[in-house]
Amino acid sequence: MNAIFAIGLTEFRRMFVSPLAWSILAVVQFILAWIFLLGLNEYLTQIQPQVAGMEDPPGISDLVVSALYLWAGIIMLVVMPLITMRQFAEERMNQTLALLTASPISNTQIVLGKYLGVLLFVLLMVALLSLMPLSLSFGTGLDWGKFAAAALGLVLLLASFAAAGLFLSSLTRQPVIAAVMTFGLLLFLVVLYISGSSQGTGSEVFVYLSHFGHFLSFLEGMFDSSDLVYYLLFIVGFLTLTIRKLDNDRLQG
Amino acid sequence: MINNQQELLVVASGLSRYYSDHCAVDNLEVQLRKGEVLGLLGPNGAGKSTTMQMLTGNLAPTMGEILINGIDLLDEPRKAKQQIGYLPEQPPVYRDLTVGEYLHYCARLRNVPVKERKAAVDRATERCGLESVGKRLIGNLSKGFRQRVGIAQAILHNPAVVILDEPTVGLDPIQIREIRRLIRELGQEHGIILSTHILPEVQAVCDRVQILNRGKTVFNDTLEGVESLEQVFFDLIFREADANEAHAEEVAA
Repeated sequence: MNAIFAIGLTEFRRMFVSPLAWSILAVVQFILAWIFLLGLNEYLTQIQPQVAGMEDPPGISDLVVSALYLWAGIIMLVVMPLITMRQFAEERMNQTLALLTASPISNTQIVLGKYLGVLLFVLLMVALLSLMPLSLSFGTGLDWGKFAAAALGLVLLLASFAAAGLFLSSLTRQPVIAAVMTFGLLLFLVVLYISGSSQGTGSEVFVYLSHFGHFLSFLEGMFDSSDLVYYLLFIVGFLTLTIRKLDNDRLQG
Repeated sequence: MINNQQELLVVASGLSRYYSDHCAVDNLEVQLRKGEVLGLLGPNGAGKSTTMQMLTGNLAPTMGEILINGIDLLDEPRKAKQQIGYLPEQPPVYRDLTVGEYLHYCARLRNVPVKERKAAVDRATERCGLESVGKRLIGNLSKGFRQRVGIAQAILHNPAVVILDEPTVGLDPIQIREIRRLIRELGQEHGIILSTHILPEVQAVCDRVQILNRGKTVFNDTLEGVESLEQVFFDLIFREADANEAHAEEVAA
């Protein structure tokens, strides 16, 4: 347990000694802030007057907050591979992986430690992002349930991105290839959702397999334990594959 | 002294390693006593690095058994690795950390208790002459200092066995002399295995030498009574090459 925290915290720190993490946080925050203000403006000037007379009008949590988290999920499809690509591929390239594999720790601890590092970054990112909708609570009443579901959904979605990225990073020694493969896989799962929900040829199976389908139900404010289980299975599955890959490295050389 | 001679730190027997069909190490025996510096010598591709990777648990042998200080490396890798310090060909250092940060991280990975961590890092820093660069980024250090950080990392947790893969490659003559003195010093209380191409180096620091060629031991003896190691080395390697040639000619005829 101690080793997992040691690796996780050091990985987290190392992200911030290079400009990569800072620039990613800054760019993503800037773009999302723009989207947030755009949505807020539209809501105040156009939607609010229209829905004023309705009996149960959609509120700001439905229209602005959900949209923000959805955009965050979409943008992170591109950004997450950049974070995870370093984890094993860069260590392989710089031949530093021997430090971990020669230490008295198991491969499971190495993988969980690396994953913890990425997870801390994800939590930081979602926390920064959540400051925007939270700032609305000064002026209006937020639907806290919906807000919490959306934030939890985003954390789970990004955690699943991270697990997939970690595995693909362990397969190669070129960080760029790891990033491209991760991006491809994540995008493919989105395409699965689109093809599953298209009219006529749609299939429930595709929607179920895609990580985005489960994310959307969180955004609607629905906390379904089957969605949670989907993400947990996804994460555990990819982490297990990563551990197996490291074991295999030792055996195959 | 007699007692020390009895204490076997490394016992590897019947060690073989195949990369698919290619046999890199063939039925090798390696033994190391306490207070002994063993030099692994051989031409490129003789299996030195493969042997070292197997002895440090980074590569699983196809056949054979490895005991480190009486602990089976394959059955209890974590307990056995606690007894090993390993410097691979490329020092596994993170360029974006300072020397102090890096060594503290290594101490955590090697299960050095919190209270002793600072003392352990200080001791390794002092032994490897790194006091003056403790706060500098490893990426900004010269190759020689990086190599010393690599050695500091290997002796940090006071392991019984220290395994160094070509520790003096790329260093200037002064640094080489310092590293050799350090190895001699370490050899008094640890068991050390080091690999090298440089014959005078073996004569300068090693008590015993094991020459490998094509994955087999062709010479394994102390240096007492050996007048010219160079002569012995060339005799062994070329005799074998001649024998192989003769054999090939026979087959051809």
